[in-house]
Amino acid sequence: MSLVELHDVVKRFGDNTVLDRVSLAVEPGDIVAIIGRSGSGKSTMLRCINGLEPIQHGRIVFDGETVNDPATNLRKLRQRVGIVFQSYNLFPHLSVEKNITLAPRVVKGMEHDAARELAAHALARVGLADKIDAYPDQLSGGQQQRVAIARSLAMQPQLMLFDEITSALDPELTGEVLKVLEQVAKEGMTMMLVTHEIGFARRVATRLIFMHRGRIWEEGSAGDVLAKPRTPELATFLDAVLH
Amino acid sequence: MIREFSIIDVYYLLLAARWTLALTGLAFLGGGLVGLLIAVLRVSPTAPLRALGAGYINVVQGIPLLAWLFVFFFGLPILAGVRVSPWIAAMVAFSIYAGAFLGDIWRGCLQAIPRQQWEAGASLGLSFAAQLRYVIVPQAVRVAIPPTVGFLVQLIKNTSLAAVIGFVELTREGQLTNSTTYRPFTVYIVVAAIYFAMCFPLTRWSRRLEGTLRVAR
Amino acid sequence: MRYAFNFRDIWAQWPSIAEGIGVTLVLTTVTMVAGLTIGTLGAAGRVYGRSWLRMPLAAYVEVVRNTPLLVQLFIVFFGLPSLGVRFDAMTAALIALSVNLGAYTTEIIRAGLEAVPRAQIEAGYSLGLSGTQVFRHVVLAPAIRIVYPALTSQFVLMMLATSIVSQISAPDLFHIASIIQSRTFRDFEIYAVIALVYLALALILKLLFAAIAQIAFARR
Repeated sequence: MSLVELHDVVKRFGDNTVLDRVSLAVEPGDIVAIIGRSGSGKSTMLRCINGLEPIQHGRIVFDGETVNDPATNLRKLRQRVGIVFQSYNLFPHLSVEKNITLAPRVVKGMEHDAARELAAHALARVGLADKIDAYPDQLSGGQQQRVAIARSLAMQPQLMLFDEITSALDPELTGEVLKVLEQVAKEGMTMMLVTHEIGFARRVATRLIFMHRGRIWEEGSAGDVLAKPRTPELATFLDAVLH
Repeated sequence: MIREFSIIDVYYLLLAARWTLALTGLAFLGGGLVGLLIAVLRVSPTAPLRALGAGYINVVQGIPLLAWLFVFFFGLPILAGVRVSPWIAAMVAFSIYAGAFLGDIWRGCLQAIPRQQWEAGASLGLSFAAQLRYVIVPQAVRVAIPPTVGFLVQLIKNTSLAAVIGFVELTREGQLTNSTTYRPFTVYIVVAAIYFAMCFPLTRWSRRLEGTLRVAR
Repeated sequence: MRYAFNFRDIWAQWPSIAEGIGVTLVLTTVTMVAGLTIGTLGAAGRVYGRSWLRMPLAAYVEVVRNTPLLVQLFIVFFGLPSLGVRFDAMTAALIALSVNLGAYTTEIIRAGLEAVPRAQIEAGYSLGLSGTQVFRHVVLAPAIRIVYPALTSQFVLMMLATSIVSQISAPDLFHIASIIQSRTFRDFEIYAVIALVYLALALILKLLFAAIAQIAFARR
């Protein structure tokens, strides 16, 4: 059984069909990079997997549970699916420690001291152990993004979703975040990343998906798909992105 | 002798509402003049003038309107040496009171105009007064309309306090009607309904103006 | 005719004035707590509730904010008894003031709730927090911070507005003023003094709110 399965998923915003019968299977340990133009449905697909967006048709299954089933306990499911967004979404009124320990304490009932240790550990993984008492507005964009990753990792999810997490960063700060992603991948996490970082995708991803107009246009191993585009749309896209 | 509450009473209440509106209008005029002065003081380049404006606003806003009404009702005769009718006392008290609030609102609108506009005017050689008149105020007026209309609603409600010094507007008429019909619930609900009919359209209008203002930006 | 100002008679009445201040402060405190509670619930209802909840709340807010407090007070104190519901002056005062303040705080807090970026709320949900947990930990604190100035201004205005309960003979500071007036016949002086007392109370209240902000919003 795959960790994530999408069966014929259709998602519309009003008259606009954003996902047009998407089917996909992700195995544990896969590092899936998703590329494509804006509006091709990439982010929407991620947001549907953890139930942030409802779908109009089809099925999304995570670890055996149907995500789009109204009977499913989304709260429990979201404890096992981590997501990091493009614009950090750290809680500005809470310190870094409190940002990370909020969910473990409030959702899992963890004790204060155990939670702080967990936060320290998660921060060490992303290289920010010394920032545990800082506040988000005291951190750079790259640091905030790494804290966001630590926050999601602290819940020990089975799957991590990354929605263009370096797109809003200054170029010099992108590197530190990508390094963390590589590390997390090495540790065996199943990851799905929507990204513009083609080089990173080639190096780290095990699979690559190119989306176009709400459909999976091409997919395969990262190396193959990028080196030998089979469709003109992908060729044009790569040309524009890698110029 | 108690009589029944009837449509005649509603009619008299509506007539009294005219005085509510009249007092509101005059208070707005008086308060408007004071408010303009205060707003200009608050944005003046001279620090003592700014402090004067701020002091006025803080003192007036820090004292209940009821207290202002009574202070002028009892104080004006001492100052002027003549008996003062509720009209005059109410007028002065409301103008002083409204002036502080309008002054504060309008100061905010003047300050909302970016610094660069002032600098542009100054670079053209305009004096402070000229900058104010030709550059800043015309722009500030558009911004000022929604909150000013909003304050007008406050003013209409505030005139109900004039009843306490004997001014016969809508609320006082309600008290009088109650004393002859002994139907307090009905009377005051009707009074409230009439106030609502006067205030709600203005509230809606103010909100709509604010909406168009945001769109225009 | 020269008027001789006589403030000494007023100073002699300071025990009564102190009593009046006490009642005013009690009224203010209880009203603030009630208003804050109503406001938080009302704002949450208006932002997150279904239409069967949102519409009555909208009606409540519009009716209270478009009618005078004095008339609302009269309805509670004079009007309700004819429907069989009787309150003493203090209770009626607290009810009218709380209901009134509640409408204003609902709107102020609502603006705060709507100002919290959607993205933060999504982040909260994505971590597995429930709706109530997201509201409590992610939305409410930032929202109150955003609207703190507007909220505290409204509270100060309410403290001054408590003077209105004198009109139903609740023994607040303003009512004490009229009692002293009938004792001493120094009309102008008593109201001038009372005005200054209110001014002092307003100032103290503002300082108190500033201090609370320092403590509550400090970085820990």
